[in-house]
Amino acid sequence: MTDQTKSSTPAKPPFWRDPDKRALVFQGVFLLLVVVVLFTLIRNTMLNLEARGISSGFGFLETSTGFKIAETLIPYDESSSFFTAFLVGLLNTIKVSVIGVFLATILGFIMGVARLSKNWLVARLSAVYVDTLRNIPLLLQLFFWYFAVLRPLKNPKQADNFFDIIFLSNRGLYGPKPIFEDGSGLILFALIAAIVGIIVLRIWAKKRMENTGERFPVFYTSLGLIIGLPLLALIGTGFPVSWDIPELKGFNFRGGMVMTPEFSALVFALSIYTSSFIAEIVRAGIMSVDKGQTEAAYSLGLKPSWTTRLVIIPQAMRVIIPPLTSQYLNLTKNSSLAAAIAYPDLVSIFAGTALNQTGQAVEIMGMTLAVYLFLSLTISSLMNWYNASKALVER
Amino acid sequence: MIKKVVLSSLSVAVASTLMMGTAHAGATLDSIKEKGFIQCGVSQGLPGFSNADEKGNWTGLDVDFCRTTAAAIFGDADAVKYTPLSAKERFTALQSGEIDMLSRNTTWTQSRDTSMGINFAGVTYYDGQGFMVRKDLGVTSALELDGASLCTNQGTTTELNMADYFSQHGMTFEPVVFEKSDEVVAAYDAGRCDVYSTDASGLAAQRTKLAEPEAHIVLPEIISKEPLGPAVAHGDDQFFDIVKWSIFVTVEAEEMGLNSSNIKAAAANKDAAPAVKRFVGAEGSLGENLGLEADWAVNVISQVGNYGEIWERNVAPLELPRGLNNLWSKGGIMYAPPLR
Amino acid sequence: MTTQKYPVGQHPNLPPPNNTVGVLFWLKENMFNGVLNSILTLFSFYVIITLLPPLLKWAIIYADWTGDSKDACTKDGACWVFIRVWFDQLLYGRYPSDSIWRINLSYVIAIVAAIPLFFSAVPKKIKLVLAAFLLVVYPIICFYLYYGGGFGLEVVETPRWGGLFLTLVIAVSGIVLSLPLGILLALGRRSNMPVIKSFCVVFIEFWRGIPLITVLFMASVMFPLFVPESLSPDKLLRVLVGVILFSSAYMAEVVRGGLQAIPKGQYEAAAALGLNYPKSMILIILPQALKMVIPGIVNTFIGLFKDTTLVLIIGLFDLLGMAQLAATNPNWLGFTVEGYVFAAVGFFVFCFSMSSYSQHLERVLNTGHRN
Repeated sequence: MTDQTKSSTPAKPPFWRDPDKRALVFQGVFLLLVVVVLFTLIRNTMLNLEARGISSGFGFLETSTGFKIAETLIPYDESSSFFTAFLVGLLNTIKVSVIGVFLATILGFIMGVARLSKNWLVARLSAVYVDTLRNIPLLLQLFFWYFAVLRPLKNPKQADNFFDIIFLSNRGLYGPKPIFEDGSGLILFALIAAIVGIIVLRIWAKKRMENTGERFPVFYTSLGLIIGLPLLALIGTGFPVSWDIPELKGFNFRGGMVMTPEFSALVFALSIYTSSFIAEIVRAGIMSVDKGQTEAAYSLGLKPSWTTRLVIIPQAMRVIIPPLTSQYLNLTKNSSLAAAIAYPDLVSIFAGTALNQTGQAVEIMGMTLAVYLFLSLTISSLMNWYNASKALVER
Repeated sequence: MIKKVVLSSLSVAVASTLMMGTAHAGATLDSIKEKGFIQCGVSQGLPGFSNADEKGNWTGLDVDFCRTTAAAIFGDADAVKYTPLSAKERFTALQSGEIDMLSRNTTWTQSRDTSMGINFAGVTYYDGQGFMVRKDLGVTSALELDGASLCTNQGTTTELNMADYFSQHGMTFEPVVFEKSDEVVAAYDAGRCDVYSTDASGLAAQRTKLAEPEAHIVLPEIISKEPLGPAVAHGDDQFFDIVKWSIFVTVEAEEMGLNSSNIKAAAANKDAAPAVKRFVGAEGSLGENLGLEADWAVNVISQVGNYGEIWERNVAPLELPRGLNNLWSKGGIMYAPPLR
Repeated sequence: MTTQKYPVGQHPNLPPPNNTVGVLFWLKENMFNGVLNSILTLFSFYVIITLLPPLLKWAIIYADWTGDSKDACTKDGACWVFIRVWFDQLLYGRYPSDSIWRINLSYVIAIVAAIPLFFSAVPKKIKLVLAAFLLVVYPIICFYLYYGGGFGLEVVETPRWGGLFLTLVIAVSGIVLSLPLGILLALGRRSNMPVIKSFCVVFIEFWRGIPLITVLFMASVMFPLFVPESLSPDKLLRVLVGVILFSSAYMAEVVRGGLQAIPKGQYEAAAALGLNYPKSMILIILPQALKMVIPGIVNTFIGLFKDTTLVLIIGLFDLLGMAQLAATNPNWLGFTVEGYVFAAVGFFVFCFSMSSYSQHLERVLNTGHRN
């Protein structure tokens, strides 16, 4: 067969010499191999599950859990379903990640800028901060915050009392919680209106600046809007907000808002650890901006503060954003260490307690992994979109 | 030509991988015999039940029931390897076959016995869930615990019982749930919780790990039934039987007055009572029925001891009363089906 | 002082004016130039003063250093006796004490073989031989030394491995094996064969998207569920495979960064020389790309090194795990902080020296690329 091909079209190489065909065969074989491996794994799992009589399927999601969860963002009690428990865990993961990302970014930027400070002492201190924290494992820091910092806190009966409304004890930080009564919907509406107003204002101000060159004090106007509008609504509706102040009853404080030690330790550890990486990223970003840029800005007559804001930061951001994205991803994934210190996140509640009560490891781990993949892909696509909008527009 | 070779070799590969993946019944015992030891899942450190010393040697009641099975199968109680597991990991490890048997103060419940694909082989310790508090709280009853914070282990019946008990009595509580018992103890000791709740035996055991054991009391209420015992995976009835009967022989031996020091003599005694002769394998086919040597029970008792000895060695130092775990003839409910 | 007149061009070099030299000037210039900076400086001083003295008092001045039981812990500060007593366990876990020399021997071999690699005076050939020894022969030696079962060495089961030793085993084998896998994945991701490319993308994104503890959980207790019963390797081995797959995805992204930075002309030049794909990669592209990403590889290694602590969640006792275990021993309760501090210092020393080395490399390699 091969001989025939050769003799009829001598110019054409045999198919194993043709890169395109070789690639095709190679890919076919590879695909087949992957499929076979996957198929084997799935088949084995099914067989093993069946042979051991382990129940499978997602029916368990509708049955009630029978256990209680300490921190929930949505209504949940022991008669709620496993699916609700899943949502509770997911929301707790998102809560801790969002707050962690927020704090880590602020702290990281401060430390990154401080490290480049001309002030010798400030630069040294922030170098020590960064070098120490990024070289100690997160889990160790987490244990340290939880077990070493928790110990000296007093029990609720001797809680540290701040103005009779905030109490710090080894049960957490209790503070007053606003209770919105009738008519408070208007306040929320005012807040939304303020946010929309700010966005519109920014677009308008930018246009105006591009057209006329005049700058508009967007920051202060925005600040005024976001505080003023809800305040106006508050006064207009006659203060329909009351405060639920925590009170020591029996063993513990009742009422109010609480930041549990588990949550605080996790947020501290995650944001401090991640901030040390962000600080390095920020430093590298700022250093990547050529010194000539600063000099050019000065010679154009820009004030130092404007130079930083209008010339250096926008250019540094291009370098900063891609690695920043992976730090955000890391923080989200690292929040799964919550299980080690009893914070009820997704891994702890769902891949922990629920897995153990139902015994359906395959389904539960599958769902958990899917959620983390989804969160990761969401964060990276959001940041990619932001990155694209900030990227250097080249011809 | 090449295509043909590639294709045929591929189909061989596919076929062979497909044939590889069949699980078959009786697999556990076969693989145990092939390996030459039992992989036994135990807890990560619970004095009296399963605890490793500084050299990594395991002791405890749960550990001893891994050893009875090994003595029954191999005639060597040391043919065991231990896998320390957290409460959360234990069932998955047993289901997946990572361990051959689970002897980790695990409560026998209906749903675990059925839908999880495991079988409980018996009860080695009748327990119930209790509460431990600091003495200086002045609490004398569990009914005074409204609003308290409770530290406990993740993935246990404890979590479920607490929710039941508190809602039944119209009380609220804050669960603080850790994966590892060492972390539970540390958090309770640090004052994170008012109450430490787990099986009463666990409370007694973990109390030894507190900074000031005397400053804590165990409340009188026992809020649940916690029959603890070893479990095996579904699918190998013979192994299930062996685990089950190597528990029962320890109880039976105590009842018959056989122990590690007199069992050898009893086995050599030609004039022993018929029940003893059956026990030591001189008569009958009890060993053969299980697929074991005739002297399997002698190995178990001589190497590990009877139930009373196991208790005295491991649990008595925790100053726990024998209570329900006494023989049925002595006011407890430890009872072995007849060996005949 | 009288003012002297000098002929033009013969003015001697005078010392700089008094207000531009000395400690005070340095302080003024570097710490108190401006209101904001002065405030920052004072704030920094405040931070140092509140943190440092209590720390020193606890860790050094009031600490107990001598003794060999808990009774020696009498003072208010740290009790380093705790670390002393548990030192062997923290370093080697439950490894039998009469076999610890096996681990130490492996360390010595590694150090002796690795030192020449860091000196430029050593001929390249010797370096290559040593590197090959470290990558190929050394792991085999280590296996026999650690696990035993050959050459008259007693078998030491993996559950007895622990402490810093286990941390090193996981981290080093993780990195050594994930690098080649990562290179393959990175090449695959840049391949123009759609099947290979999409497989690599999915593989990399999957492993990068999931938390390590779920990987470890699956490797430690769920693995036997997925494979035929005959296949069930040692728990540590499974954990290692999990760690390797996990870090290979990160490694792949680091290597990809290097590959992307290679100018297109290099690829074209390789093709023009008539080199086929493997040859052009091995001889032209990869040497340049890998050299460029060495700092990234070291950073991934540091990350992996720290991540090994997570194995304590699945019941393996690494350095941190042993520190925790020691602190829950009934005879040694209440020394949690000392244990954590020791573990922290241990990790810090390793990670900090590696990151300093990577920064040093970054500088060295950078100069080579500037035109």
